[in-house]
Amino acid sequence: MMHRPIHELTDAYRRGDLTPTAAAESYLARIAALDQRVGAYLTVVRDDALAAAVESERRWRAGTPLGPLDGAPLALKDVLCTRGVRTTCGSKILEKFVPPYDATVVERLRAAGAVVLGKTNLDEFAMGSSTEHSAFHPTRNPWDLTRVPGGSSGGSSAAVAGGLAAGAFGTDTGGSIRQPAAFCGVVGMKPTYGRVSRYGVIALASSLDQVGPFAQDVEDTALLLAAIAGHDRRDSTSIAAPVPDYMAELSKGVEGLTLGLPDEYFIDGMDPEIERAVREAIEVLRGLGARIERVSLPTTRHALAAYYIILPAEASSNLARYDGVKYGLRVAGRDLIDMESRTRAAGFGAEVKRRIMLGTYALSAGYYDAYYGKAQSVRTLVRREFAAAFAKVDLIVAPTTPNVAFRHGEKEDPLSMYLNDVFTIPGNLSGIPGVSVPCGFSGAGLPIGLQILGRPLDEARVLRAAYAYEKATAWRTRQPELV
Amino acid sequence: MIDRKDVEHVARLTRLHLTEAELERMREQLNSILAHLDTLRLVDTTGVEPTSHAVDVVNVMREDVEEPCFSQDAMLANAPDRSGELFRVPRIIEE
Repeated sequence: MMHRPIHELTDAYRRGDLTPTAAAESYLARIAALDQRVGAYLTVVRDDALAAAVESERRWRAGTPLGPLDGAPLALKDVLCTRGVRTTCGSKILEKFVPPYDATVVERLRAAGAVVLGKTNLDEFAMGSSTEHSAFHPTRNPWDLTRVPGGSSGGSSAAVAGGLAAGAFGTDTGGSIRQPAAFCGVVGMKPTYGRVSRYGVIALASSLDQVGPFAQDVEDTALLLAAIAGHDRRDSTSIAAPVPDYMAELSKGVEGLTLGLPDEYFIDGMDPEIERAVREAIEVLRGLGARIERVSLPTTRHALAAYYIILPAEASSNLARYDGVKYGLRVAGRDLIDMESRTRAAGFGAEVKRRIMLGTYALSAGYYDAYYGKAQSVRTLVRREFAAAFAKVDLIVAPTTPNVAFRHGEKEDPLSMYLNDVFTIPGNLSGIPGVSVPCGFSGAGLPIGLQILGRPLDEARVLRAAYAYEKATAWRTRQPELV
Repeated sequence: MIDRKDVEHVARLTRLHLTEAELERMREQLNSILAHLDTLRLVDTTGVEPTSHAVDVVNVMREDVEEPCFSQDAMLANAPDRSGELFRVPRIIEE
């Protein structure tokens, strides 16, 4: 049962072959047995999950389920505020923080009948690409426990890959959903910036952060996105556009669509196994009737540098709130400033400190134009190039990552870690939607991800291409053996 | 290049107490990262407007309607130190 997608679980609920309580109990038992080795969860909410499952079971019995997610056992990245359940952001500074409210995303999932199993691990404050740098413990990749699951939403991707949740949610600021989805062989989607409310999502970089789903397959991805998408008056950057019926669009195929292949994403020195898997995937899509065209996104090579100014700048401002006064850790000091400085020194890990320093420097007097202003202009160029490409093509296809999952401790140098996000960052800078869908395995048996990017708010077409590809291939049938 | 005084200045601005060893390591790492980020200078951005945000919405307004908000207790529940209805902090103004 553990690697069955949500839509199959709910089909079984409908038929009466399975109950939400039995499903939740199986997942909780599996978490208890296996998560010590994977480390996907920071908090498991056994009693709450079972109570929600009982409610769901009652609704299915009465023939009144709340929808296609009623009774779905899900995991939430620990940046999503959950009322009454501690939300740590993977940081010592929020170790005991218990939010008084649910994030809008969580509120919508509960209203859809979802059963929340627990909160998943991440790199502290979502700063990282490996989930090694949580203040609590690292997460391991279910395909190979010596390797990282990607990050920063690595707890969520490992939970879905390892059969420790039927689906999960994460956040993607520079690739933190798509990259771990690729590393763990699951589907992961970053919606258009503004498609999903950020209310109650602990902020990293406010102009880039976006919540999205991890799933066993594309159909589940569409179901999970549909549950959370749409305007929220509590997030003034959320977009007031109607949400299309993703499920109705899903099976329309790729015939007649034009897919763009960006030259800059197929570069000298890229991992040959990834290049081969992605090129084969493109041939599959061509075989399904898509037209393939080359496109150019020349500013891609500068996107990483622009991102590593914009992100730390926004993060340094967002993280200023952790001052030992209103919530979180406090370390005593001789006066207010000393208390704040010692609290932040004790509460933040090395990477968080580095980015706060970098961001504060980039925003400080005399450097603002040279760094922050410049990066924002480069961002305009990245956006313009995508817009020009999307005038010619419907979707862009590319690798999700330049390499497969690496070993724990392999990327100690901050810069080499940053380079992991080189193919995902441009999507965040331009705000466009993207999905990573499994497209093969390396010789060592590690998953490879195909990235499909679309026009702003065109999630339906992105999902449609991913669905067509998934249906034409059998990668999904392979699962890691965690026994 | 960032020197030691810059690092100390930025640490003070951002309220981060760093040890001697941390200040030195931070100086090295920031210089190495900034050297990479300096490649941005190569991009010609003459006349290119900055993008602060990928969504073209400006000044979103809504009706100013009164509605229930969190109780004082809920807001103070996570405070490391409180005094009645207030957050308590170390003395700010000298006696």
